[in-house]
Amino acid sequence: MEFEAVIGLEVHAQMLTDTKIFCNCSTKFGAAPNSHTCPVCLGMPGVLPVLNKKVVEYAMKMALATNCKINPTCEFARKNYFYPDLPKGYQISQYAYPLAEHGYVELEVNGGKKKIGITRIHMEEDAGKLLHDEHNPVSYVDLNRTGVPLIEIVSEPDIRSSEEAADYLKRLHEILVYLEICDGNMEEGSFRCDANVSIRPKGQKEFGTRTELKNMNSFRNVQRALEYEIKRQQYIVENGGAIVQETRLWDDAQGATNSMRGKEEAHDYRYFPDPDLVPVIVDAAWIDKIRVDMPELPQAKRERFISEYQISAYDAGVLTADKALAQYYEEVVAICAKPKQAANWLMGDVMKFLNEDKKTIRDCPIAAASLAEMINLIDAGTISGKMAKDIAEEMYRSGKKPQEVIAEKGMVQITDEAALAKTISSIIDANPQQLADYRAGKEKLFGYFVGQAMKATQGKANPQIVNDLLKKMLAGK
Amino acid sequence: MELYQSTIHELQDKIKEGKTTATEITCSVLQRIDAVEEKVHSYIRVLKEEALAAATDADKEIKKGNIKPLSGIPVALKDIVCTKGLPTTCGSHILHNFVPPYDATVVEKLRAAGAIFIGKANMDEFAMGSSTETSYFGPTRNPWDLERIPGGSSGGSAAAVAADECIASIGSDTGGSIRQPAALCGIVGMKPTYGRVSRFGLIAFASSLDQIGPFTKDVEDCAIMMNVLAGYDPKESTSVNVEVPDYRQFVGKDIQGWKVGIPKEYFVEGIDPEVKAAIEAAIKTMEKCGAQSVEISLPHTQYCLAVYYIIAPAEASSNLARYDGVKYGFRAAGGDLLDMYRKTRMRGFGAEVKRRIMIGTYALSAGYYDAYYKKASQVRALIKRDFEDAFKKCDVILTPTTPTPAFKIGEKTDNPLQMYLSDIFTISTNLAGIPGISLPCGFTKSGLPIGVQFLAGHFQEGKLIQVASAYERKAQVEKRRPGL
Repeated sequence: MEFEAVIGLEVHAQMLTDTKIFCNCSTKFGAAPNSHTCPVCLGMPGVLPVLNKKVVEYAMKMALATNCKINPTCEFARKNYFYPDLPKGYQISQYAYPLAEHGYVELEVNGGKKKIGITRIHMEEDAGKLLHDEHNPVSYVDLNRTGVPLIEIVSEPDIRSSEEAADYLKRLHEILVYLEICDGNMEEGSFRCDANVSIRPKGQKEFGTRTELKNMNSFRNVQRALEYEIKRQQYIVENGGAIVQETRLWDDAQGATNSMRGKEEAHDYRYFPDPDLVPVIVDAAWIDKIRVDMPELPQAKRERFISEYQISAYDAGVLTADKALAQYYEEVVAICAKPKQAANWLMGDVMKFLNEDKKTIRDCPIAAASLAEMINLIDAGTISGKMAKDIAEEMYRSGKKPQEVIAEKGMVQITDEAALAKTISSIIDANPQQLADYRAGKEKLFGYFVGQAMKATQGKANPQIVNDLLKKMLAGK
Repeated sequence: MELYQSTIHELQDKIKEGKTTATEITCSVLQRIDAVEEKVHSYIRVLKEEALAAATDADKEIKKGNIKPLSGIPVALKDIVCTKGLPTTCGSHILHNFVPPYDATVVEKLRAAGAIFIGKANMDEFAMGSSTETSYFGPTRNPWDLERIPGGSSGGSAAAVAADECIASIGSDTGGSIRQPAALCGIVGMKPTYGRVSRFGLIAFASSLDQIGPFTKDVEDCAIMMNVLAGYDPKESTSVNVEVPDYRQFVGKDIQGWKVGIPKEYFVEGIDPEVKAAIEAAIKTMEKCGAQSVEISLPHTQYCLAVYYIIAPAEASSNLARYDGVKYGFRAAGGDLLDMYRKTRMRGFGAEVKRRIMIGTYALSAGYYDAYYKKASQVRALIKRDFEDAFKKCDVILTPTTPTPAFKIGEKTDNPLQMYLSDIFTISTNLAGIPGISLPCGFTKSGLPIGVQFLAGHFQEGKLIQVASAYERKAQVEKRRPGL
């Protein structure tokens, strides 16, 4: 029997606000334990939450970017459960009335497009962290993360494969980072994903029993965990077994999902509207204000790059994967007006340098203007493409402008025909045998003469001029 | 007359005239505490050193001519409002050692107004009770009859004012916890509109119902206290930014032509005959003031108690989840995390608190939410509408504050339902979010105080001061002092 997977993803993205969602504490990662806390986020008696408006605006941006309908009124609810990293004994989240609903994200699937529905986007506060002592049977609580704003993006069960899941996640990640509302750092937990997955015989409409997968902290792990889980479920069903609805944790080292077993499933969170907060009213004027400030989104940018710069879909994809890279590229093109060369240089040499140093375009020592000038110099024939490779490397190493590098190294291309003719003439004189063979029809030797000419000029000769001169002079003209 | 027997406005006049000092007043009140506290037990903690130091500072300011609305006035705080650096227990074992690193907004305001904090007053544990018998620190006694309860949950704050162990005090009212003890102790108590006085630093019982308010010896003092307490607080999301009038301007104004609504649903069986007679007399007094009494209907009155005992415990079950032994307060040793949680909460909370946590947890549980919490919220909206409709027909509403005078200690402790019924006339106010005031309207033959309650529309505390002041002047209720 052929099975198909049914996958829905829940993504938690940390909002890049300076302060927490319900108090004024810093959201900075990596501070000394409990140094970014106050009575409010510590859940002390009698304290009250006050909503950080920025969080609503950031969440609204994501809602608009994913084609969601923003509800005119939404409310916060309490999710009640006991755990030491949750100082109030409840998490302030949204339940019956989320910020936004009914959106979608478009994926490219087999050359076509596929919409993955977004069920809802809601705001909530993060919990703290437990640090378990390795030597003693104690745990410490760090509440720096408590109250850091999150949005949860819940997809419809529209995803049919682990590849689609990874693709969907990358799209969401890209949008969040583009909007500058999330740093997207998966290792630090700024972007986390849980998956609900079930299988069913192809063609069947009813869903199978699902499992929830947690603890996948990279795109690759999400894909691997889903692949494993789909296979595991298939194996059980094919062998007459039944899937148990449960939460399973991905074990990266083991490459498998394991049942969390137990209490987690028995939770009744007793959601109810948080009486300490008032409903959030979002009117059309506020939405318009947010919409006006929205940056161009990755998909729109890709399409524009293809049509405006006449570059391939692949190149447009690479160049727009990172907003800063796209911006750099556009700066280069704005100066040199050579979109294809700019794409080649950026995706080739420049990216190679950056990757080797594990840097991003933000740290690139070559200014966009410098790269553009270099491309102009190639185009003007001042330098050869081959010379440019060395120049680019030196620009990257020193941060200098192309003219500076050229001047320092005396790398200007020799275009003086008379001087080159003199050089070529002496090469021909020094190689009578090769000249005779060439004239006898061994045309391959043309390359030999080019090489000799370039060698004599330390590669600075303009290759076009050398070619033209050689053709004439070897023919004895 | 002793200084401790005085009202705020009397003492303020004396201070302004240079006839007394903050230190003299504070010493007078501290002496009174020494004399009667053992009998009444109004306080969980008397702040003797702190009060004397504050009085010394206040006198320096007064000498400079810097006299504030509460300069030199000893005020008691219900031990539910957080005081920076001073233990705040909420009447519970689980917070017996809790010292807040912050002040409640009302504490900041009172201090800025010159008030001298004389003590942290006793209360029902987490404000859950109507008799101050559920306090971990033992019951408070009614100064009028030490065999009887002072009411609750703000029983300590009420008894302290009635016994002259402070000049005024702060309480909190979730279902009547200011007005009911004010009535039973023969003093003035106001529950302001929800959102009028900041809840920041008020340890939550039921967040959508809790409101801080004053206990005073007369209506004018109530106005003085409200001038200090009322106002928008950006630290509270449910605080409402409505202009605060000078409440004192309403004192002594007449109520000629006002319509006083008498809800027919509040005069049914179960009211003590002496209370009923006193209220009927109060209605007559209103007419003597030039007001007209009109019968009104609050048709959903019969559901108030049921709605309250779903919403309040539901919110409480969540609000009290933070007392888990992890961060502060009492922690019981346990084998593992779950064991520690269980033992901490089992031993840290008293029976009434645990009962309400269980009721609330049940009401919010999956499968029951719609039938209980959601339904209760819907009925609550109807109750609120009852009042909106009523206030189209009248300026204020007059009701008994309590169905009976103070009952005996231990009389209702084994019967929670009987205990809950003592708040039957005060609960609807909190559900509707409107303000209410209770003030003395007479005594029973055996000498127990009886209270009359006035209610008004949202943010109409000024009307309440006006009507209560008019009543107070006209009725001339006998000035008695408890025979301690």
